[in-house]
Amino acid sequence: MHAWAVQTFNSVAFAGLLFLLASGFTLIFGLMKIPNMAHGACFMLGAYVGYSVIQAGLPFFVAVAAAGVALALLGAIVERVVLRRMEANEFAQVLATVGIGFIIADASLWIWGGDALQIPEPAWLRGPVRMGDLVVPKYRIALIVCAAVAALALWLLVDKTRLGAMIRAGVDNPNIARAMGIRVSTLSTFVFCLGSALVGMGGVLGAPIISIYPGLDFDMLPLAFIVVILGGIGSLAGAFVGSIVIGFIYTFGQAWVADLAYVILFLPMALVLIVRPQGLFGRPAA
Amino acid sequence: MKHVVIGTALLALVPILLGSNFYINLGTQILIAAIFASSYNMIAGWGGLISFGHAAFFGAAGYGAALLVLKGGFGHLAAALLGILFATALAGVIGALALRATGIGFLMITLALGQILWGLSYRWVSVTGGDNGLTGLTRPKLLGLSIDGAGAYYYLTLAVAVVAFLSIRQFAGSSLGASLRGSRDQPRRMSALGFDVWLIRWITFVYAGFWAGVAGLLFLYYHRFVSPHSLSIAESAEVLLMVILGGAGTLSGPIVGAAIIVLVRNLVSAYVEHWPMLLGALFLLVIMFVPEGLVPGLATRLRALRPSGRKPTIPAPPSA
Repeated sequence: MHAWAVQTFNSVAFAGLLFLLASGFTLIFGLMKIPNMAHGACFMLGAYVGYSVIQAGLPFFVAVAAAGVALALLGAIVERVVLRRMEANEFAQVLATVGIGFIIADASLWIWGGDALQIPEPAWLRGPVRMGDLVVPKYRIALIVCAAVAALALWLLVDKTRLGAMIRAGVDNPNIARAMGIRVSTLSTFVFCLGSALVGMGGVLGAPIISIYPGLDFDMLPLAFIVVILGGIGSLAGAFVGSIVIGFIYTFGQAWVADLAYVILFLPMALVLIVRPQGLFGRPAA
Repeated sequence: MKHVVIGTALLALVPILLGSNFYINLGTQILIAAIFASSYNMIAGWGGLISFGHAAFFGAAGYGAALLVLKGGFGHLAAALLGILFATALAGVIGALALRATGIGFLMITLALGQILWGLSYRWVSVTGGDNGLTGLTRPKLLGLSIDGAGAYYYLTLAVAVVAFLSIRQFAGSSLGASLRGSRDQPRRMSALGFDVWLIRWITFVYAGFWAGVAGLLFLYYHRFVSPHSLSIAESAEVLLMVILGGAGTLSGPIVGAAIIVLVRNLVSAYVEHWPMLLGALFLLVIMFVPEGLVPGLATRLRALRPSGRKPTIPAPPSA
């Protein structure tokens, strides 16, 4: 019973991390119609930036913010300088993000070297905490709280604000949104920055749990894919539910069949593709 | 046919002219990459379906054959044939799943399925050797001839490459190839005309998987070694870059692209360690400046220089 409870808790913590990764991915995908293939690299770069900021002696949550700002800037440059040049050519944009992903990954290897790096959790979140019978690390609770805050903030932004209404309009039908006077291209830049910032912060927040190493980028990218295919493209609720499902499968898979955990991850995705290709929360293509 | 004969004759002279094993091996690598890229071109160029999991078949043939020889005690010939069969069958399954979608959806599904296989090869250490891969393979005698030397292996690869090139050219010129291009450009019209667009794509996908398997097998015996890298996403991205660099949907484009990428990787990485960065930069440059690829790009520019030149016919025939 106890082992189950611990695994359940760890699943929720990992789901929180997955949500930080996948929510930006799904927003970008929904609005710009492209999977950002550099998203995994952005996660890794965010973690590395956070590492350097912490090395410079600054507090953990400053590092999280710094990674967010740095990645938002990078996102703005990528969207404005590269992707904008090939608007309306989705394949070119996807391939461009592949190229950018490789460049980011190799630059990171150059700057931070090939050894796995560890970000320690902040001192006040170190150690375990008792919750009834359960003893769990404080840091993972903090991670779950961060992800929950991000989910709430994104939901408020997308569902309750004027800006969110414009984003939803852009996702549903960019042409009509344009005709109504919404600057979809400005929205794209904003969403790309937001998604990059989220994943950059996710990288720092995740680093105390999963160390930072070259190759982390392509370990994380397929996870974002699976979550988003499962939940439905462009849907925040889908990313939320998908993260939880995948968080549980991954954590329990690791515990029971460590060798094949990675493969088992893809089963729900395959199932969804066969039964409901638009994803759990997606709408069928028009 | 004349071009093919001249090209083959020139390529056959390469080992004699260059002499050094380094360059002969480079030539072998280019030929293997050219078969691989040509197979990918069938699905990406003529089919218009960008897959991010094509390396799966390349690696699957290698792993299949290596496992059969090293752990199953099979002979080389049987293992080789079964390895290719395995890759082809795998293409059948992955194609059936991935072709439920087209466009970006197809890209994502092939990437995810390719990652599963990569994950298997990387994490299932007890069978695949994990990151270390499978080593200890030797090159067998072929029809009583040794293929241990760099030159001999080059000629074997060249022979296979010529067969592959002719087969793929045959495919492109066939009515199946024409209906494939039709289903790329006008899928709904093709359906309305009674063509089974899905089946056309699936057959192409499986056939492309077969030739990727052949290339993977040559690669296995070239290195006498197979590792998870051979079915990694980087490998899939590289073959995609070869095809779009040379020119998707042309016969010679993938070969030109393969030659450039292999040369750049080998010659440049002797000086700089940062091949992925260069690969990424090449990706960006090609997409931004020569999106149609070098072969068609140069051809249009040459044609512009000679206004009297032959005008291209509208449904572009596969020309070398």
